[in-house]
Amino acid sequence: MSESLDAFRQEARAWIQESLPEELKSGPRRGAPKEALDRWFQALTGKGWLTPDWPTEYGGGGLDRKQTQVVKQELKKARAPVPPASAFGTRMLGPTLLEFGTEEQKLEFLPQISRHEVQWCQGYSEPGAGSDLASLQTRAVREGDEYVITGQKIWTTGADKADWIFCLVRTDPDAAKHDGISFVLFPMHQPGVKVSPLTLIDGNADFSQVFFDGARAKVAHLIGPENGGWTVAKRLLQHERTTDGGSEGGITGAMKETFVDLVKREVGLRDGVLADATLRQRTAAQEMEANALRLTMRRAGEEARAGQSTRDIGSLGKYRWANMVKAEQDLAMQALGAQGLGWEGPGFEAVELQRTKAWLTTRSDSIWGGTNEVQLNVIAKRVLEIPE
Amino acid sequence: MALILTEDQLILRDMARTFFDEKSPVERMRSLRDEKDATGFHRALWKEMGELGWIGIPFPEAVGGADMGYGELGAVLGECGRVLAPEPFVSTVLLGGNAILLGAPEPLQKELLPEVCSGERLLALAFQERGRFAPTEVETTATREGDGFSLRGEKTFVLDGHVADQLVIVARTSGGREDRDGLSLFVVDAQAAGVEIQRTEMVDGRNAATVRLDGVTVGADRVLGDVDGGFALLDRVFDRATIGLCAEMVGTFEETFERTLQYLKDREQFGVKIGTFQALRHRAAHMWTELEFARSVVRDAQSALDDDRDDASACASAAKARCSDVAHLIGGEAIQMHGGIGMTDEEEIGLFFKRLKAAEFTLGDGIYHRDRFAGLRGY
Ligand SMILES: Cc1cc2nc3c(=O)[nH]c(=O)nc-3n(C[C@H](O)[C@H](O)[C@H](O)COP(=O)(O)OP(=O)(O)OC[C@H]3O[C@@H](n4cnc5c(N)ncnc54)[C@H](O)[C@@H]3O)c2cc1C
Ligand SMILES: Cc1cc2nc3c(=O)[nH]c(=O)nc-3n(C[C@H](O)[C@H](O)[C@H](O)COP(=O)(O)OP(=O)(O)OC[C@H]3O[C@@H](n4cnc5c(N)ncnc54)[C@H](O)[C@@H]3O)c2cc1C
Repeated sequence: MSESLDAFRQEARAWIQESLPEELKSGPRRGAPKEALDRWFQALTGKGWLTPDWPTEYGGGGLDRKQTQVVKQELKKARAPVPPASAFGTRMLGPTLLEFGTEEQKLEFLPQISRHEVQWCQGYSEPGAGSDLASLQTRAVREGDEYVITGQKIWTTGADKADWIFCLVRTDPDAAKHDGISFVLFPMHQPGVKVSPLTLIDGNADFSQVFFDGARAKVAHLIGPENGGWTVAKRLLQHERTTDGGSEGGITGAMKETFVDLVKREVGLRDGVLADATLRQRTAAQEMEANALRLTMRRAGEEARAGQSTRDIGSLGKYRWANMVKAEQDLAMQALGAQGLGWEGPGFEAVELQRTKAWLTTRSDSIWGGTNEVQLNVIAKRVLEIPE
Repeated sequence: MALILTEDQLILRDMARTFFDEKSPVERMRSLRDEKDATGFHRALWKEMGELGWIGIPFPEAVGGADMGYGELGAVLGECGRVLAPEPFVSTVLLGGNAILLGAPEPLQKELLPEVCSGERLLALAFQERGRFAPTEVETTATREGDGFSLRGEKTFVLDGHVADQLVIVARTSGGREDRDGLSLFVVDAQAAGVEIQRTEMVDGRNAATVRLDGVTVGADRVLGDVDGGFALLDRVFDRATIGLCAEMVGTFEETFERTLQYLKDREQFGVKIGTFQALRHRAAHMWTELEFARSVVRDAQSALDDDRDDASACASAAKARCSDVAHLIGGEAIQMHGGIGMTDEEEIGLFFKRLKAAEFTLGDGIYHRDRFAGLRGY
């Protein structure tokens, strides 16, 4: 590693140590005081480090790729929290706008995203359009410089808390199904938008059905050409599918111990060796799996930058990551036994209840953003080029 | 170190690919098998590889080597794996060569290694005594006799043991049957009195032998590493050999997978290419993800060796556990997806299947290496 990058790492580490409130440096994530979280998010976004690689004129940190990586690594190492539900803006819409947005659109939306002032949600799926997303039916009819929107979305994560939605709508009902779709942004707080929450099997009610009945979007907030939204939509999905290959996905933040720690604690060691030979094999396999995924994502990045390969690794990452996080929670559950079956209240420790919820939550990782089956279809078609 | 090949490694790989495509297509391996060739590979070709500097890649210049790393060696081994070349890299370079490089006193290194690097001297490491890989299970004994030792016992699956000029023998100088302590390594001439070598025919056409030792005398100057402390040496040799073998396996995976993929694109049934059937597409896509994982962990293991990282052993086990499982997966799917034709000896895919199964078990299967990995990780 170059000296200057090393120095930058020291700087980044020092800044995080200085800016991260004491209350957030240790102890469980849940129930952390809101005031401390707010203080930290303000510091983070003020520095542009919620989106370290975006240009500074859009509120980003203006860092190069290597520095960005360093910042992400250091934040992760410090287990520093990021604003909940920021991913829709920072990881999906932002990069898509950087590529497809006009300068006015970029200046209007990107700085808000990088400062986490606006909560976004993703209006893709409909009751009749999940894996077959292009068959969506929500209609948008142009009236002057506005679209009038009618239809229904489902599984919309965070819709009840969102200020804005990026939404796929049908603008040409007569065109072939991929050719009549547009990608628009509009506010959720307006007449004609109704949000009705859905509770998932993990007890989480972050999801909603969203009904549009004459909701309005400005034509100026159309991203890409009218009827040309499918290309934009697919690129956003690529961003959504990009995982960094990190273990346990988004749930690590809530849990201090890794699945290996948990298995060791629950199963116990005998003569320095995990007391259950089968679980020992599975635990080792699981650790190797996480490593292999991390290394593969890293290698793919190196190959792409060196111009050695152009193959699309996104679907591989999403598919194997989903399997991995599910298997980790399965393994944790196996080690916990019936202690992993609690729902709430006495008889179960908080960490056990968190594992139970995480086990349920991770069932969705092979569904959202394109199911595992869909990822395999993509690989067969685009990477292996097997004719259909 | 990076996980990708450097410019120089890419050049080396391309050179090796041209070489093997030209001089060693898969038919060569088949005809050596069918003709029951006494050597089992071509000495002339091996010497040519020596002249190209490939055999000497991991050895220092002082003993005639090229003083390069496992990244470079892997680039060549992968190409061997693609064409199922039967030349003795694993036995002579990875196992025997490393035992001498890491364990022999300087005079012995200078005596043996230059001719190893040039391709004139062949080595074998005799460690195994039964089917499953269990490197501490050694019953062969070495008892002190005058200044030296007397060896007695029987070794199986000694790779290229039938042609080796020198055998490195793992024998017990003390301790009980499964103890790590008490193992010692000895260099023995294949012609020495009391050595009896019997070639065995293996399923993949590779060459292995049973070696019987009946009161073979060997001088104290022919001990590698410390008496009774041989396991530590052996463990390091196995790490290197495992990582080298994995590189070869990745080459075999690539070729096996590409052939199977092509078959899915060519073969018609029900009026369509069988690759249009989702049941096969999904399995092919999954296989590809496994192949990518195998490439990554093997590259990482090579870096671990070349950068002298202290997690090299864990990386070796992670690589071999993955490669063993992938060998089983890709080999099995290759036959299945080729349908009936895959079962014929005439179709080459079966040769790949067999080589992969043999490689899966060589130096420990997935179960062995997960177990070892867990131990290294403290559980
Ligand atoms: C936690 C979570 C959060 C989500 N968040 C959002 C969000 O914020 N915004 C949003 O728009 N959507 C969201 N979704 C919706 C998600 O994108 C869809 O659930 C997903 O695309 C699958 O669609 P579906 O549920 O209609 O399943 P279906 O398409 O009905 O699939 C049912 C089953 O059939 C299989 N299948 C379907 N087609 C094929 C095929 N061609 N080949 C093989 N198998 C096939 C699927 O793999 C699956 O196993 C979320 C989903 C979840 C679970
Ligand atoms: C040992 C042996 C003995 C045999 N003995 C006889 C015998 O005595 N008499 C006789 O008539 N035949 C015999 N057969 C032939 C046997 O019946 C065929 O091999 C078998 O029907 C498969 O056909 P195929 O080999 O042409 O494979 P293919 O049909 O070419 O299949 C290739 C691959 O594609 C897959 N595939 C094909 N179609 C589909 C689909 N629609 N969906 C998903 N996957 C598909 C297959 O499962 C296979 O994995 C024998 C075969 C063997 C191996």
